[in-house]
Amino acid sequence: MKYLSNVSTLTYDESLCTGCRYCSQVCPSGVFIMESKKAVITDKDLCIECGACQKNCDSNAITVLAGVGCSSALIQSFFTGEAPSCGCSDGSKSVCC
Amino acid sequence: MKFTVLNTTTPSQELQTGTTRTKIDLQPWSQRPVAKSISHIWTYRDYSGAFLSRISSYRDKYRVEPGLYKIGDPDKESDVLVSANYKLSFDHLRRHLKNRNLWIIVLDTKGINVWCAAGKGTFGTQELIQKINQTKILTYIAHKRIILPQLGGPGVNAHEVKLKTGLRVYYGPVYAKDIPEYFDNERQTSKKMRSSSFKILDRLVLTPMEINPAMKYFVYYAFAIFIFMGLQRNGIIFKNALYDGLPFYLAGIVAIFTGAFVTPLLLPFIPFRAFSVKGGMAGIMATMILYSTTNMFKNNIFLTLFLYTFLPMMSSFIALQFTGSTTFTNPSGVKKEHKYAIPVYITGVVGSIFLLIIQKVYLLGVL
Repeated sequence: MKYLSNVSTLTYDESLCTGCRYCSQVCPSGVFIMESKKAVITDKDLCIECGACQKNCDSNAITVLAGVGCSSALIQSFFTGEAPSCGCSDGSKSVCC
Repeated sequence: MKFTVLNTTTPSQELQTGTTRTKIDLQPWSQRPVAKSISHIWTYRDYSGAFLSRISSYRDKYRVEPGLYKIGDPDKESDVLVSANYKLSFDHLRRHLKNRNLWIIVLDTKGINVWCAAGKGTFGTQELIQKINQTKILTYIAHKRIILPQLGGPGVNAHEVKLKTGLRVYYGPVYAKDIPEYFDNERQTSKKMRSSSFKILDRLVLTPMEINPAMKYFVYYAFAIFIFMGLQRNGIIFKNALYDGLPFYLAGIVAIFTGAFVTPLLLPFIPFRAFSVKGGMAGIMATMILYSTTNMFKNNIFLTLFLYTFLPMMSSFIALQFTGSTTFTNPSGVKKEHKYAIPVYITGVVGSIFLLIIQKVYLLGVL
């Protein structure tokens, strides 16, 4: 299954890649694969903006605006002005998804 | 009956009184925390707990104590796995570790699963480094490997963990069931192990927690309809409110069923990619079925219009909430959907209320 096209905020600068392979191991959607010791993007539309690649990239080659993809959290953040958050059971009043 | 009060205060605990230092800091290196032994077997309580967590807010309290655990008889060459302290996550992990000798570090993720906790940062670099230190795992092992569930990735910076603790992070498979194969494969994840599946059963188990919150709103909706239907020229009369409100209660129930159950279940088979559109499509189908199978809405133009406006719209709205539970949506896409869908919802709600009022005025013959 695929979600909307051309919406992901993922950017990648191949010239900065050190070839540590973490992005290809950590991406749950298979966006990154390794080709001749550099990471390459297969299909940007598969990106779910979880931020795992950016977090595990030591050379700042990857950027993505990571966040919660939960509709109710985003609606609530629109009204409260706070960052969207899936609260569940940590005592905060935010929504649970 | 006689009660005995045990004096559990030890000299080391007395030392801590009045200080802000944690107990762990006061323990000498030799008194490292003892790893708790666990089994791969699920008891009746584990099964009932897993079931309750799937259907209710029982999941909010379903936790295990963070810290160091062991399964089988691990030694200094045994691998170290990391998990969240949501008990369902922990239980799924251990049930697939039959005949394995492993160390398990459970992070304090406030009872949230690995993926959601990683997104929040509680399954994160700092917590992992802290638990590596607190559990003194380095005194138990003679290697430098630590295996994390792949879905912990959004919270953990592997490079920083290496720098601060010397341990090299290995991202293991997404699902605990693939762990035996992962070990047999010399700690290499295959493409299959790295992706999350989202088959019909995976979606089915999520639907109760879509229906559950929606039903809470249904109570308010039903109450409002009940009052509105009872409104008569000579005051509020509830004699007919239940009967007159029936089409509306039915429309509400069908909207929830379509948006929170049918749409998630049939997700890949409903056309278009936007969830709001999928939910709306399913809602229109449900409306047509409802309209043709009951006589409640026939010969009433207001009711018919209300049904065709309100039901698909609610179904669409509820289906949009499911974006938070899937494995392939992204926040930018949901924001884009909001941009188009929310104005439609607001117009729809205003329109539905308007239709109700017109019908009321018409029936009461006020004008």
